[in-house]
Amino acid sequence: MIEVRQLSKSFGSQLILDGVDLRIESGESAVIIGRSGGGKSVLLKHIIGLLQPDAGEVFVDGENITRMNERQLLRVRSKFGMVFQGAALFDSMTVAENVAFPLERKHQFTPGEIAKRVVAALEMVDLPGTEKKKPAELSGGMRKRVGLARAIVYEPQIVLYDEPTTGLDPIVSDSIDKLIIRVRDHLKVTSIVVTHDMRSAQRVGNHVIMLHEKKVYANCTPEKLFASTDPVVRQFVDGVADK
Amino acid sequence: MNFLAGTWVGEWLIGLGRLALLTREAVAACLTLKASRRDLLYQIYFIGIKSQAVVLVTGAFTGMVLTAQTYFQFHKVKMDTATLAVVGVSMCDELGPVLTALMVAGRVGAAIAAEIGTMRVTDQIDALRTLATHPIDYLVVPRLLASIIALPLLTMESIVLGITSGYLVGTQLLGIDPTYLYYDMMKYMNDVDVVFGLVKSFVYGGIIALIGCYKGLTCGMGAEGVGRATTEAVVYSSITILITNFFLTLLLQRLYVLIS
Repeated sequence: MIEVRQLSKSFGSQLILDGVDLRIESGESAVIIGRSGGGKSVLLKHIIGLLQPDAGEVFVDGENITRMNERQLLRVRSKFGMVFQGAALFDSMTVAENVAFPLERKHQFTPGEIAKRVVAALEMVDLPGTEKKKPAELSGGMRKRVGLARAIVYEPQIVLYDEPTTGLDPIVSDSIDKLIIRVRDHLKVTSIVVTHDMRSAQRVGNHVIMLHEKKVYANCTPEKLFASTDPVVRQFVDGVADK
Repeated sequence: MNFLAGTWVGEWLIGLGRLALLTREAVAACLTLKASRRDLLYQIYFIGIKSQAVVLVTGAFTGMVLTAQTYFQFHKVKMDTATLAVVGVSMCDELGPVLTALMVAGRVGAAIAAEIGTMRVTDQIDALRTLATHPIDYLVVPRLLASIIALPLLTMESIVLGITSGYLVGTQLLGIDPTYLYYDMMKYMNDVDVVFGLVKSFVYGGIIALIGCYKGLTCGMGAEGVGRATTEAVVYSSITILITNFFLTLLLQRLYVLIS
């Protein structure tokens, strides 16, 4: 379970989040939506402890992570897997080495077990046979899939997706959505997806959190959000520019 | 301290504080052996083996030119055979460690800052953190250990080659008597000169790795940020080495006098 209480964050003089409250239960698939620059990725980075808030608290399974130092956070982060917007693959390594990286750092597996898990993770993201390729040889969609394979190979309890379909064509975006649903259902993980792709939000989420003007503006099911008559929600859902 | 905020002095002091914190954490991680052996060996290869050519050429030609210049001056007062003693002491105490460190700072310091800086701007360092890996353990510790292992070895090579090439220039080109040249060098040089050179190179190894890593880890966003971090890593490492050399020379001499 993840709980965020009165979270505020500024960069310099620019206030990004102002008293954000939210709660995501275990096994839930939450989607965070909002306008570009609205603080969605900043919120996600607070949930995994990559950023420290100016005020407020973040609880992961009842533990307050806001007061932890980097070494204490390493233990909490082993519960998480994160897929970055640009995949953030280690470009000096092959696909197999990227996916094997978290397993090798744990020092709990034999080389044979690691190889088996790498193959299984790459099969799960529909990329078998790409083990020896370098990230530079992959397309944007393939890179995100490898990023997902790396995030799930050690079977985390929570997977965070930072704009997983941004910059991809509709067909590849659709396949990534299906993959997120497949990972959620097969591994029974809690998913938190940051996106401004409304189709994706509707498909992968069973709980939508909308950020607007630095706060949580809506927190409901996708059905309720898409049926809403609130002008702010409607403008975002319909994708209508300001006059 | 508020009056310093926003000024270059304030920024410099903040940077110095952050570098000190990075040093403390990296040294603590080194002591608990948090680097993988494979990463350490790769960094020793990259810093030590790949720097051979540049360090050896620098050492050889420094020894040769120093021999020639010293001979031209000493010849006037008929002290030709003392030439190699001056070259030996200079190479061991100052030129060997300092020039080796400056050359390695240019090659390795820049590469460290560029590699880590690129990882930072492409979210690879955040990815490391999400994979429960501390960036200091994975990125800084192997580079720091490799640098403090490789620098003394490179310095030794540079010193040996500098003295050897000086000896050859003195005997083959300038016509100095080889026996007296060697005898005078052994007479005026001490073991402690070699120890001073090694101690200095050990410190410079730490400076190059720490400043390179610090500049990479704190670099600004985009290609411009990486470019600036790379330049600053070389400039700051070189200046720090030159300033540290002066104080280290005084300190080591004082310590030697106290001990002996």
